[in-house]
Amino acid sequence: MRIANLTHGALFMLGAYLGVSILKLMPNLWVAALLGGLAVAAFGGLLERFILRKLAGNILGQVLVTLGFAYIIADLCLVVWGGDPIPIPTPEFLQQPLRVAGFAFPAYRVAVVVLSVLVGMALHLLMERTRLGAMIRAGVDDMQMARAVGIPVSKLFTLVFCLGAGLAGAGGVIGGPIMSAYPGLDADMLPLALIVVILGGVGSLAGAFAGSFITGFVYTFGVALFPQLAYVILFLPMIFVIAFRPRGLFGKFAA
Amino acid sequence: MKLAALACLLVAFPLVGGEFYVNLASQIFIFAIFAASINLLLGYGGLATLGHASYLGVAAYTSALLGLKLGLGHWIAAPAALLGTTLMACLFGLIALRATGLGFLMLTLALSQVLWGTAYRWVALTDGDNGLRGLSRPFHLDDAASFYYFALAATAASLWLMARFVGSPFGAALRGTRDQPRRMSALGHNVWLIRWVSFVYAGFWGAVSGLLFVYYHKYIHPISLSLTNSAEGLLAVIAGGSGTLGGPVVGAAIVMLLKNYVSAYIERWNTLLGLVFVLIVVFMPEGVVPGVKRLWLRFASRT
Repeated sequence: MRIANLTHGALFMLGAYLGVSILKLMPNLWVAALLGGLAVAAFGGLLERFILRKLAGNILGQVLVTLGFAYIIADLCLVVWGGDPIPIPTPEFLQQPLRVAGFAFPAYRVAVVVLSVLVGMALHLLMERTRLGAMIRAGVDDMQMARAVGIPVSKLFTLVFCLGAGLAGAGGVIGGPIMSAYPGLDADMLPLALIVVILGGVGSLAGAFAGSFITGFVYTFGVALFPQLAYVILFLPMIFVIAFRPRGLFGKFAA
Repeated sequence: MKLAALACLLVAFPLVGGEFYVNLASQIFIFAIFAASINLLLGYGGLATLGHASYLGVAAYTSALLGLKLGLGHWIAAPAALLGTTLMACLFGLIALRATGLGFLMLTLALSQVLWGTAYRWVALTDGDNGLRGLSRPFHLDDAASFYYFALAATAASLWLMARFVGSPFGAALRGTRDQPRRMSALGHNVWLIRWVSFVYAGFWGAVSGLLFVYYHKYIHPISLSLTNSAEGLLAVIAGGSGTLGGPVVGAAIVMLLKNYVSAYIERWNTLLGLVFVLIVVFMPEGVVPGVKRLWLRFASRT
């Protein structure tokens, strides 16, 4: 959509905290992820409809407004949920490690990997194989022409923004058992997400997947081997990719 | 004439103002250099950076570490910090200027987040969340008034040099790359090189503000490297009016006054900061200085 959105880290954190509250009412992580995602999606929709809409094409304005909202969200989360980290329990049937060929894998993480692949495939199919996806792509590529042939670009963009926000929120809930919810989660997630997008390329789902795999591997090994320099190591693949392919691994246009 | 009056006012200020206000003014000066260096990129180069705190923070940390760990005096530590930070700006410029617009912004943000994370996690070197304490000021400028004059002189020199830079033919070329990069390139200008030199120059002034920052506080914490710090600088530029010489100074004063006064009464400074961001972008996108100037012109033409 070519909207600079810096609230994503905060939306992720908001999702995680909402997940905490929903789990107190009904102890089912998947329901919590769904509801948390929906709530964050609704918030994202309002943000897009009433604020970002007015700033179309004004990158700097979008950046500042979304950054402003990121601060407000993070601060209000601190007011509502307090400053202590809140763990989210792992669902019971996924607590046993999964044994495959003599290796033990934590079952919950395997489930998260499977789920993320499913979500990624669903998104790919939505964007590339459906009429809705084609209309969204048309709106991004040439908004005026798309409008001229009768595509409701504005409504679609609000929808896409909701979808993105909702996925960030649901991601926060699902990531909860691994990372728990704590103040500063947003600042930890944002650089990771940015590096993933820079690595993979803007406007590319395959790029986002490749980027997050590389980042995940490098970050995990980096933290294990050189805990103090993990951030520096994280950033090395980015330099290489940017040096040789400024638009990222799979990017269609330069960011 | 106006400038001379302003200078007299500023020189006389510590004679009448209390220590709290003198210190606040010193902080505004330091922040004004920082904001003005962001303005070089944003206002004149059209390059929105969200990582400018890197230069402030790295210069501050370098000078602090050289003094604390190696016991070097300010005469060596300060030039070394400026040089080191400027070299880092050379390197960062090579990476960040692979892109413009949103990509540039994301790259500068990612680079500065890396430094911030490193300062937080590399406890052996930076003492992490505790920050580095026990630092000293050069020339024993320990009372508020003498540091005020030091900061005033440094700020006046920095702003004058930055104004010279912007007013030079090179500055005109930089504005050209902002407005018509393709035409500039067709005219035989090396657009990338112009941007890179400006990036390094802005990084150098960021480092200068970082040195003053660490001298003032005698303490440095990773939060100086954080996105919040970069964003506050950006907010100061936009609030004051980007692409004007006076704008960043006015904006720096606004942000610092808000921060020092309002945060004394309201605990939720971050919420307020966020609201200010939203309000300024939605209602005063051109900034305070051009806005006031426009109103003044309308008023003057009426009489």
